[in-house]
Amino acid sequence: MTRLTTEALIIDIPGCASGVPLSLAIEPGQVWGVLGPNGVGKTTLLHTLAGLREPRSGQLLLDGTPLGDIRRKTVSQRMGLVFQDRQDGFPATALETALIGRHPWLSPWQMESGENLAIAERALETLDVIHLKDRLVNTLSGGERQRVAIATLMTQSPEIWLLDEPTNHLDLQHQTAVMKLLRQQAACDRAVFMCLHDLNLAARWCDQILLLYPDGQACWGPARDILVTSALESLFGQRLLSAELDGFPVFVPG
Amino acid sequence: MPISSPYKPLLILLLAGFLAALISVSIGSTAIGFEDTLRVITGSGTELQQTLILELRLPRTLSAFATGGLLAVAGALMQVLLRNPLADPYVLGLSGGAAVGALLAMLAGAAGFLVSGSAFVGAMLATLLVFGLAHGSGSWTPSRLLLTGVVVAAGWGAIITLILSMTPASRLPGMLYWLMGDLSHAATPWPGLIILVLVCLMVFPLGRALNVLARGSLQAAALGVSVRPLEWSIYLMASLLTATAVTMAGSVGFVGLVVPHMLRLVLGNDQRLILPACALAGGTLLVLADTLARVVIAPEQLPVGVITALIGVPTFLYLLYRSR
Repeated sequence: MTRLTTEALIIDIPGCASGVPLSLAIEPGQVWGVLGPNGVGKTTLLHTLAGLREPRSGQLLLDGTPLGDIRRKTVSQRMGLVFQDRQDGFPATALETALIGRHPWLSPWQMESGENLAIAERALETLDVIHLKDRLVNTLSGGERQRVAIATLMTQSPEIWLLDEPTNHLDLQHQTAVMKLLRQQAACDRAVFMCLHDLNLAARWCDQILLLYPDGQACWGPARDILVTSALESLFGQRLLSAELDGFPVFVPG
Repeated sequence: MPISSPYKPLLILLLAGFLAALISVSIGSTAIGFEDTLRVITGSGTELQQTLILELRLPRTLSAFATGGLLAVAGALMQVLLRNPLADPYVLGLSGGAAVGALLAMLAGAAGFLVSGSAFVGAMLATLLVFGLAHGSGSWTPSRLLLTGVVVAAGWGAIITLILSMTPASRLPGMLYWLMGDLSHAATPWPGLIILVLVCLMVFPLGRALNVLARGSLQAAALGVSVRPLEWSIYLMASLLTATAVTMAGSVGFVGLVVPHMLRLVLGNDQRLILPACALAGGTLLVLADTLARVVIAPEQLPVGVITALIGVPTFLYLLYRSR
């Protein structure tokens, strides 16, 4: 069980005056959703949490230890990230792509064993792309590639899952399948932290919400306290209608 | 990345390399049959055959092998570093720097070691220039590094033309041969071979990290790779390989670009397999090319760079046309 905490973290967005310092505690079992308009720094926040970018100020603690004091390899055993866009520099199959998720777990001299192969295949199966395992990734559709990317994270099998818009390009049933998978991971004492654009997905599947406002303000807390129509209307500058269905709030543009 | 049987392609390439070397040492102004060649290698044979093969032809064959291997591995490393299939020591201006160094030494009347040494210095200077400029004040990106290399290479090209136009006609043929790649002046194959083997051994444990790096530097960092030190060491290694090759054989183009691609089309893209395969296939290609260069218009010799291009271009185009 690993928890990621931020102390007075201010992310570094070029050309943006510093905003409210974030002091988050991302605990095992939680599913976080980050909402905010375009360009507000959701991706930058994710990259900063993953240790890929220096914050402007404040610090990040992984189980109480500053992130910079932990070896990169150890960090990647405990925390993984699905990027919003990916480079396919050289052709690789879906299975090869998923298998690179094992990299943090292998020593330089080790070859991927059958066990690693089985982990990768199981992940592809969970994401419903096992039938594409020998296809080159650059020949797959956007949604299929997205699922291969999530399967890569599942193969990496970290305790903290960071995802940048995991439902991008996905059709309805796969959106639900991915969200269910993320909830399952949280139920196994992992922490999930993702950026989303769909208010209703956030309302349905996340238990913690972070709102990032364009003026640098932010607020966060349990979903039912944060997801109120007035707060969301000012977040997006868009009038919203809301209703409740099956105990979950639903928002539509008004 | 899984390899069903990683050693089979390498064994086949090793065998091909050995056969190529055998052909190379038995063909020449005095043809020696395969049987006699094998006899000489195993320690018997006439004294003339011994001198011919072991002292005259074998060093040149080994030099050809080392040069080809060095260039192919350097090209494969550069392509992963820049995540661009066009990257190659020549495109990045390393050989241009070496050529300017060598030609300046020749213009000053130097020969032999001074020319090689000055080519080596030129290649390393070109490396520093490209990397330093691409680094600049901001962070460097693969496309910025590639563009810097291409522009610097164009600059070297202009200086080479300038030197050639100022050179008295009597010295031009030597310079032109150097520019086209020529193994007849290779002094000893050993430094090249040793560096080639050492780098292959050093690169093997980095192989999987290179596979991850090929997916982009952010993805690599997220998977625990220390990206910046890895990129620096690949760049320095590739530069050292290129400088060594250029020092031995002048400017042999095309091997670094084409050999890695041919192998990727056939073997996939696991660097742990591709890099040693490049060393073997690049070496074999250059040994064959050099043999042809010696015999096509014997007793005159052709520059080996012409032959590598003439063999490589159609083979590469064929493989590319047929690829998935």
